[in-house]
Amino acid sequence: MNLSAEDFQAIALTLQLASVTTVLLLLLATPVAWWLAHTRSAWRAPVASLVALPLVLPPTVLGFYLLVALGPNGPIGQFTQWAGWGTLAFSFWGLVLGSIVYSLPFAVQPLVNAFEAMGPRPMEVAATLRASKWDAFFTVAVPLAKPGFVMAAMLSFAHTVGEFGVVLMIGGNIPDKTRVVSTQIYGHVEAMEYSQAHGLAGVMLVFSFVVLLGLSWFNRRTTRHQKVGA
Amino acid sequence: MNIHLQLDIARADFDVSVDVQLPAHGITVIFGPSGCGKTTLLRCVAGLEPSARGVVQLGHEVWQDDGLHGGKGVRLPTHQRALGYVFQEASLFDHLDVAGNLAYGHQRAEKQSRNAMSQAVVQQTIELLGIGHLLKRRSHELSGGERQRVAIARALVTQPRLLLLDEPLAALDHARRQEVLPWLEKLRDDLNIPMLYVTHAVDEVARLADTLVVMNEGRVQANGPVAEVLTQANLPVVVGEDGGQRRLGCDVGSGAQAQRGNQFGLRGFHGFLVLFDGDAGEAGEAGEAASADRRSRAFTRASSSGWLIGLLSAANFF
Repeated sequence: MNLSAEDFQAIALTLQLASVTTVLLLLLATPVAWWLAHTRSAWRAPVASLVALPLVLPPTVLGFYLLVALGPNGPIGQFTQWAGWGTLAFSFWGLVLGSIVYSLPFAVQPLVNAFEAMGPRPMEVAATLRASKWDAFFTVAVPLAKPGFVMAAMLSFAHTVGEFGVVLMIGGNIPDKTRVVSTQIYGHVEAMEYSQAHGLAGVMLVFSFVVLLGLSWFNRRTTRHQKVGA
Repeated sequence: MNIHLQLDIARADFDVSVDVQLPAHGITVIFGPSGCGKTTLLRCVAGLEPSARGVVQLGHEVWQDDGLHGGKGVRLPTHQRALGYVFQEASLFDHLDVAGNLAYGHQRAEKQSRNAMSQAVVQQTIELLGIGHLLKRRSHELSGGERQRVAIARALVTQPRLLLLDEPLAALDHARRQEVLPWLEKLRDDLNIPMLYVTHAVDEVARLADTLVVMNEGRVQANGPVAEVLTQANLPVVVGEDGGQRRLGCDVGSGAQAQRGNQFGLRGFHGFLVLFDGDAGEAGEAGEAASADRRSRAFTRASSSGWLIGLLSAANFF
């Protein structure tokens, strides 16, 4: 396998993007998932649908709207300019934002499932044992929902690594700044550099397989444990 | 000192409206058919029902009073009420072992009361409930009865001023119930913590109750010392989850004819049999309970016109 320095740059950038996205996504998805799992508000269905939108929208559509929003005249662009950050389009943080939107359902859904499976009882028990809501959330809900968090993190990370359309639309494929593995492969193929494309594509293939394998092992382990616990 | 509960809560299918003064000692059994609102009442006392309105007061300690401060009211959140709650299923935390479950409430109660609770309380409770050999185990490594004993211990080590038990035996089979019941009797006899105990099982009334509150369709039908309440013969109490035939405790062979509200002296068994409501002629056959041991027992029996509750107890029970 002959990976060039640029290929390694792309890999490093991809890992960086996926890591930052995963961390921010978990922070954002946790309260959203908690709300979705517990609310009886009429807003539940619209919000749930909104969160799930990236599942069905073509990434180019998502990328297009994000590009417009991030641009100098878009609402987010206006805000970032006002805050003195310039515009985020064609920058690493623009990619992070795009990835967060793009991978949101993959982080939210496992968490909603985990919180719903837990039911209201553990939080009630914690309250009768003198734990405040926040205390109970961190000492009871989070540990009990751990499989959901692991699943959410793995899926978000893997899905962000695999994104292409959104990155291309709002990233612009700038080397060392916004060029990730998937767009690098695209570039290689465009330039007829098939052997380099093979190398990177192989890396992606192995990575994706390992993630899915890990998930399925993890799933089997937790369901077996739950069966014993029941 | 008294426990004052005056609570109103509307639910989709029924509403609960209760106003009772209960003694702050011994076990108060809240008895009634399933769906009569007894669990809801217990949850209101614990502050787990946000829509409940009214008063929850232990002596001078006000946990909830919506009428205070010109209608602004007082309402302590559940975690600030010094109570212990034992749920129907033990609901132990799966991510902690038994010792961790016990420590969870103990540490927080200690922090809240701002003075060091002795570790001795934990040790005493562990001994009281005989769970010393289980401390390193996880919830799924315990039997149902063991789980419920741990749940009771977990509630007790917070040193509650009131212990709430919501059908703690209902999820257990007969053998497990017999395993846990003596521990509950021991709690009543050894500890000075008032308990509200919700059940629809007559044998638990017989063995545990000092005070009895009979509920039906969200209202209190009778309330007082257990012996007094049980001799009010006109209680329209329905027993049995399934509405079908069900008997609890010992079977009393045929013999003497029973009258509604009658009390019987049975030969070799100096107790009472009190019959409530229903066709006395049909169901009121009672006789010698020769083989019965001297512990209190109860049975229920269906009659053509409805349900009977018979409570048969040893002389030392009342």
